[in-house]
Amino acid sequence: MRHEISFTVNGERYDITVQSHHTLLQVLREQLVLTGTKNGCSEGECGACTVLMDGEPVNSCLVLGVEADGHEIITVEGLATDGHLAPIQRTMVELGGTQCGFCTPGILIAAHALLQRNPNPSEQEIREGLVGNLCRCTGYMRIIAAVREAARLQQADTLN
Amino acid sequence: MQPFDYVKPKTLEEASALLLQHNGQARPFAGCTDLLIRIERGFLHPDVVVDIKALPGMREVAVQPDGHLRIGAAATMNQVALHPAVLERWPLLAEGCASVASYQLRNRATVGGNLCNASPAADSAPALLCYEAVAHIFGPAGQRSVPLEQFFLGPGKTVLERGELLTAITVPPPAPGAVGHFLKLGRTAVGDISVVSVAVLGWPDLGAPSGTSWHIALGAVAPTPIRAAEAERLLGQDASPAGVEAASRAAAAAARPIDDIRASAAYRTDMVRVLTRRGVERVLAEMRAS
Repeated sequence: MRHEISFTVNGERYDITVQSHHTLLQVLREQLVLTGTKNGCSEGECGACTVLMDGEPVNSCLVLGVEADGHEIITVEGLATDGHLAPIQRTMVELGGTQCGFCTPGILIAAHALLQRNPNPSEQEIREGLVGNLCRCTGYMRIIAAVREAARLQQADTLN
Repeated sequence: MQPFDYVKPKTLEEASALLLQHNGQARPFAGCTDLLIRIERGFLHPDVVVDIKALPGMREVAVQPDGHLRIGAAATMNQVALHPAVLERWPLLAEGCASVASYQLRNRATVGGNLCNASPAADSAPALLCYEAVAHIFGPAGQRSVPLEQFFLGPGKTVLERGELLTAITVPPPAPGAVGHFLKLGRTAVGDISVVSVAVLGWPDLGAPSGTSWHIALGAVAPTPIRAAEAERLLGQDASPAGVEAASRAAAAAARPIDDIRASAAYRTDMVRVLTRRGVERVLAEMRAS
């Protein structure tokens, strides 16, 4: 069965036809060719497919494309504004929070969402906030440092 | 993934009719954090998934005029875990829901789905059993309500008949002064499925010999989440350190766990004793402090 859906992705409106059984992840990657969002485990464990749906992080491998009808999606391609990287993108680069890079888009989205709801997370809160994002390279230490630094940058930005 | 159709009914009658029509091959669909995985792995082959999220009241969490909490069956784990009234009056439930998987998964996983999948390890269940929650069901014969304790029949099995769907859970307000804790043992500190879980709810009760009454529920150690009635009774008699130890042993005796990839039955049984003791001690300390 096919469905006509209208939704926005990274601020741009799309009117497309999706198959009932295609996940949001498939729709983003295969129909919109937004391949920043990755397919890791397909079962909501690894977080590589994390996107924002109406501002909240979800595993796009466990959302049907048809469910995105009427909703607003932000993928890693939409985190930067006017060519400026989001704080967490900057600090992940500067502090080396990425190695192979496969988990990075999901981590960026999850960390961005964490900093939106909790602008000054403790290390424990960062660890818990990223428990749904697996990284097999870095050992997480630099990722955690990047989130902490992004929180500091964000707060400095707000103060200025 | 094997193709299936998707429908999003607007009324309960329509949803129930759809579930009846497809000869068992229509599946209710809420957060789809379990369903989609089972389809993907080939365990389920539905013709159609019936998205229940647009049905009236399905996504709402609210305190009713009678003081009972009503959780729409498709309300998410995060909606419940972060709800101010739940945090204030039913914190044990907030702890249970917050312990499920990751934040992003809890944005999709629903309490109704957690209960209807009827995993012995369902982390919303022990708290809801302690609070004596009631499951509300809609089906071809109309509405019916079942105490949650009677809702589960076995792993993956509930009292839901073909064409029926869970619409809401209601949770009565706990007794005045009630304190609860949910203790969950996973392979990792955060985010894993329960190897063993214990929910403990205690409250001051001048009518009880120990001055306290208790509800204790166990997860992942029996074919369904269960209450530990004998442990509850013993604590009502005696909440001294010796009484707590006896009750913890009674809770372990109530467990009927299996060996599986996560833990042995013997380990689970002993951890029921340990977690029950820790939970009861924490509740007692907090009751004394308040």
